[in-house]
Amino acid sequence: MSSAVEALPEERLPVPPESAASAVEPSTDDLPVTVIERRPSWRIVDLRELWRYHELLFFLTWRDVKVRYKQTVLGAAWAVLQPLATMIVFAMFLGRMAGAGASDIPYPLFVFAAMLPWTFFANAIGSAGNSVVGNQNLVTKVYFPRLIIPMSAVGAGLVDFAVAFVMLAGLMLYYGVLPGWQIVLAPLMVLLMTIAALGTGTLLSALTVAYRDVRYAVQFGVQLWMFATPCIYLNPETSIGPNGRLLLPLNPAYGLIDNFRRTVLGVPLDVYSLSVSAAVGVSLLLLGCLYFRRVERSFADII
Amino acid sequence: MKPAIRVENLSKSYCLGTRTSGGYRTLRETINDSVAGAWHGLRRRYGSTGNGTANGHAKEDAFWALKDVSFEVQPGEVVGIIGRNGAGKSTLLKILSRIVEPTAGRCEVHGRMASLLEVGTGFHPELTGRENIYLNGSVLGMSRKEIDRKFDEIVDFSEIEQFLDTPVKRYSSGMYVRLAFAVAAHLDPEILVVDEVLAVGDLQFQRKCLGKMGEAGREGRTIVFVSHQLGAVSALCTKCMWLECGQLVTAGCTSSILQNYLSAMAGRTQGAKAYIDLRNRVRPRQFEQKVRFTEIELMNQEGDTTYSFGCGNPITIHLTMESQISFEHFIVGFSVRTSEGVVLYTSASDDDGSITSIRPGVVRMSCTMNPNYLKPGMYYLQIGNEVGTTQDFIEEAISFEIQPNRHYSQTSLYNLPGYLHFQYKWHGNEGAMIEVPQLN
Repeated sequence: MSSAVEALPEERLPVPPESAASAVEPSTDDLPVTVIERRPSWRIVDLRELWRYHELLFFLTWRDVKVRYKQTVLGAAWAVLQPLATMIVFAMFLGRMAGAGASDIPYPLFVFAAMLPWTFFANAIGSAGNSVVGNQNLVTKVYFPRLIIPMSAVGAGLVDFAVAFVMLAGLMLYYGVLPGWQIVLAPLMVLLMTIAALGTGTLLSALTVAYRDVRYAVQFGVQLWMFATPCIYLNPETSIGPNGRLLLPLNPAYGLIDNFRRTVLGVPLDVYSLSVSAAVGVSLLLLGCLYFRRVERSFADII
Repeated sequence: MKPAIRVENLSKSYCLGTRTSGGYRTLRETINDSVAGAWHGLRRRYGSTGNGTANGHAKEDAFWALKDVSFEVQPGEVVGIIGRNGAGKSTLLKILSRIVEPTAGRCEVHGRMASLLEVGTGFHPELTGRENIYLNGSVLGMSRKEIDRKFDEIVDFSEIEQFLDTPVKRYSSGMYVRLAFAVAAHLDPEILVVDEVLAVGDLQFQRKCLGKMGEAGREGRTIVFVSHQLGAVSALCTKCMWLECGQLVTAGCTSSILQNYLSAMAGRTQGAKAYIDLRNRVRPRQFEQKVRFTEIELMNQEGDTTYSFGCGNPITIHLTMESQISFEHFIVGFSVRTSEGVVLYTSASDDDGSITSIRPGVVRMSCTMNPNYLKPGMYYLQIGNEVGTTQDFIEEAISFEIQPNRHYSQTSLYNLPGYLHFQYKWHGNEGAMIEVPQLN
């Protein structure tokens, strides 16, 4: 795998009509032309093509969400139960040891505000990782830019996130904690988290197609990842040492989750961890997409 | 005018080799192989042989599914692609549909293309019929507005209006296929690529599908159609291409290609074989094959093995099978089909009420078509056997030809419509005198 990185632009047309075309039947010249041939390994994402298929992205996301809650009794409430249950467990067992969160924020709220984005992140990675293999019936029979598949998995996770966010708002009301001006930045945090999740998800989904054992590694990898994100259940300012605060933001989940919580609960941002984690997240996206594009062409052959 | 599809030297190879079963690998293997590969200093681009590994498997392991295929399809043509199983037809369609990347060569497609490689792509069993129409339509490339616009037509075509809001997992297979095809039939692309999807469904449905495809052809769409049903190919296609072992044998007008295809199956190009070994012939997998056809041979009344018979002369078919079981109600039969696939008649060993019992080992049976009423032309045999359920079935087992001979050589024989020729006796009852010539 030592070929040089060549970012060749995609040749997607319409081709400008050639002069040699006959004037009698101009019909074929106006039509979009597609050229199919062996492409170089490294190619950038074709955003125009992705946009052309944006409706399909919407339909696949909608399908994932709908299917998840069909024939269930609790329906969308499941989106809330997962972070809620973890929060209760943490609050019961860690609430006293970790000390209160930020001094004036009750611990359960502190944890829930972090569990919310973490649940999104963990689920998005997990479902994106299996998404291409799970959709092999589509991959082997229809053409569309394959990047849409992990994107729809992450999109479905966003829908769950939105549902659980309502719960967060409810909790904040319950505890009487009002958001400050920083709440405006919360969507930015969500966007950055989506980018990080998408990056990891595309990388994992491409790996899972070729190496099926990656799927199992991801399952417990995600659990370990939570331990590498101590800001969920520990207050970074009081309980994490300076070395930790220096290095942990390399885990994109760390900085982004912590700052999401800060924006929602009205605590000032930690610019260092935010910028490091955001940078790592964006690089993950680039790496993930590049690798995915490289592997994409043989999906139908090896899936 | 630019061709709708232009293919130049298209090739696709797969790397067969010491792969673990299932075709996918574990990380451990890849790490081992990359270390080994690094020593050999081989630099393989990922996917160069379409198998997604970066180790140095030598080229002699390569299996060429397609090799140097070149052709052009003009706008408005309906092209059929025929060939044995494993000839590379589906691979060609997959490359045209951009699902699989070619190893070499290039294709140019002018216009939007939609491919139907399977009926019901993207259908999810938990969703209702209505939801699946949108999902399937979107997967096939229709925009949401387009689906909204055509929704009623689609529901009408599929005839499942009352079940629209039940989850698709509750549908019968017939309903499923009707709905899936209804969505596919309303695609609006300039070029349509279809792969044997008409092989499913009941007869009425197949007729409907063929009708819709014919309509699309008449509307001026370009259609590329892969099928084993030579009847459908000859009915719909203006042009035909014949693929064999990954290479394009010939392309041209449908009826002549079909004739060539069938006479090649008779072995004429390889030096006349009226005896064919069927052991390695690929069959559809659903048959148990406890009794398996191994050989078929045709003989004329003098006992010579031949594939060419005079008009009206008896044809004897010898079938050799290998049986793993004993059975008391064994049935074997054949159907005679024209080169276009029309089934003329079927003869089974229990037609006269007789009961055949077989024992394990080699089983040989024969049947003589005497007299044969076939007009001069090419025909082929389809054979099957059953022990309670169908055990083996070969659709194109052997082909043969009927030659005009001196007893039936009236020139009008070729021009009269119909596949069969009966010599009935005519009488002159009033105002006509009939004189039968003396045959010598």
